[in-house]
Amino acid sequence: MFARTADRARDGAGSEPPAEQGPMVDIHGVDVTFRTKDRTVHALSGIDLTIQHGEFLSIAGPSGCGKSTLLRVIAGLTATSAGGVTLRGTPVEGPRRDVGFVFQRAALLDWRNARDNILFQAEMRGLPKAWARRRTDELMEMTGLTGFEKAMPFELSGGMQQRVSLCRALLHEPDVLLMDEPFGALDALTRENMNVELRRIWEDTGMTVVLVTHSVAEAVYLASRSVVMGPRPGRVIEEFDIAIHGHREYEPTLENPEFQRVTARIRELLGSTATAD
Amino acid sequence: MTPQTQPAPAPSPTQATAGTRRGRRPSLGAVALYPATFLALLVVAWFAVTTTGLVQPYIIPSPVDTWKAFTDNPEYLWGHTLVTTGETLAGFVIAAVVGVLVAVLMVYSPTLEKTFYPLILFAQVIPKIAIAPLFVVWLGFGASPKVLVAVLMAFFPVVISGISGLRSVDPELLELTSTMGASRIKTFWKVRFPAALPELLSGLKVAATLAVTGAVVGEFVGANSGLGFVILQANGNIDTAMLFAALIIMSALGVLLFAIIQVAETLLIPWHASRRNRG
Repeated sequence: MFARTADRARDGAGSEPPAEQGPMVDIHGVDVTFRTKDRTVHALSGIDLTIQHGEFLSIAGPSGCGKSTLLRVIAGLTATSAGGVTLRGTPVEGPRRDVGFVFQRAALLDWRNARDNILFQAEMRGLPKAWARRRTDELMEMTGLTGFEKAMPFELSGGMQQRVSLCRALLHEPDVLLMDEPFGALDALTRENMNVELRRIWEDTGMTVVLVTHSVAEAVYLASRSVVMGPRPGRVIEEFDIAIHGHREYEPTLENPEFQRVTARIRELLGSTATAD
Repeated sequence: MTPQTQPAPAPSPTQATAGTRRGRRPSLGAVALYPATFLALLVVAWFAVTTTGLVQPYIIPSPVDTWKAFTDNPEYLWGHTLVTTGETLAGFVIAAVVGVLVAVLMVYSPTLEKTFYPLILFAQVIPKIAIAPLFVVWLGFGASPKVLVAVLMAFFPVVISGISGLRSVDPELLELTSTMGASRIKTFWKVRFPAALPELLSGLKVAATLAVTGAVVGEFVGANSGLGFVILQANGNIDTAMLFAALIIMSALGVLLFAIIQVAETLLIPWHASRRNRG
């Protein structure tokens, strides 16, 4: 009900209904190297990956495996040294407007209340005001923020701040939602709740999501496909299709044999480098 | 073992917004109580040492004599106060505008920063009292050399606080705005500038007090009006009561400017942590 309602009213957000052929994201032969003073860091090496429309892809791996760099490459925030990325058929050659980005820290504007922080996205893009306000109200309702419209960021808990950040990333109906460790700074219980909500939102909207995490449970619970990366150089070690279809309730999913098989296999792959949660 | 499919129950809004800044801000009376008490004690001590004859009146005049200096020469003092106030305000406003512009240019252009930062530092470390005579030679005895000294004094804290304020913006926020396709000017006004305000206003407070000093230093060097001139004249006549009166006015001028910016702070950046933690 949610993602497509505003398509009719949309003006200038930058995309058509997602009906065409081809993958949403196509990553081919991507290498990224950073030069520091005394050495060259091979952050990503030979990454080939396609992400389909409506897919929820998680990227798991230990610190330093380049998973965040890969996400930034998709958004056009980091340039590739070799290979390339196409997003919805057009090459990524700089920061892309058709993505929504959520960082680990909420990165809100301290001087704006929750609602105005979400509307910031619309102001910067010059989207129609009335439409943006309606959409903001819908998003706040969807993420359980109703009643907090006037709350300033410092009055909100970490989880609530991250909800605001998520609403801001969704406001313009991006083709892809990119999330970089979005729940990494939250306590375990809040994180679980946010996982459940994000899964529900994805089930309701069918948007394309790429989530970077170093929590194996999070990667498997949320995603329809999980990519495991390894460090030095950052590369894809293995991919898993997570064959738990339809609605996923939290605890039953954790007890699902498929969930347990995949998480066990990923933990094995990551060995001692993976975090235990 | 209840499956969690519903969104987590949100804590009530009233709980999150309870005790907002306004409610906790202390009243003016509470803020003024301690310094006012101290000031009163100081005046009592002042009375004590002067009326007992412990100190000669030409060294420290009594509070009564100082008060008389005010009441006997209201027009004289008022006129000179206006002159110094004008110079101070002009110097402060010019320093604030130019300082912010320079800070913005330096933050956006590393080349400009490398070129001009050492020069600005150099201008800052020159003792102002030492170059003030030069300004008189260049600009004559009017208001302009005083304004220039005030600008020079107030400029540096504005630039420094402006640069560090503009740099304090969250880099992730700037990356985020780059995915929003907004112009640099829009990003500046909506993100960078508001983020810089807390530090910038701290710098402006320092600049305000320095502007008063600058104007008076300018007057010392060559003037026929202003509070600096009043002090020089009173000193020449060994009229310490008048000298004290001028000193008190100057201090009040600095405090007043400082307080105005403080009020501006509460209006412009009520969200800022240093303000909300204070109470």
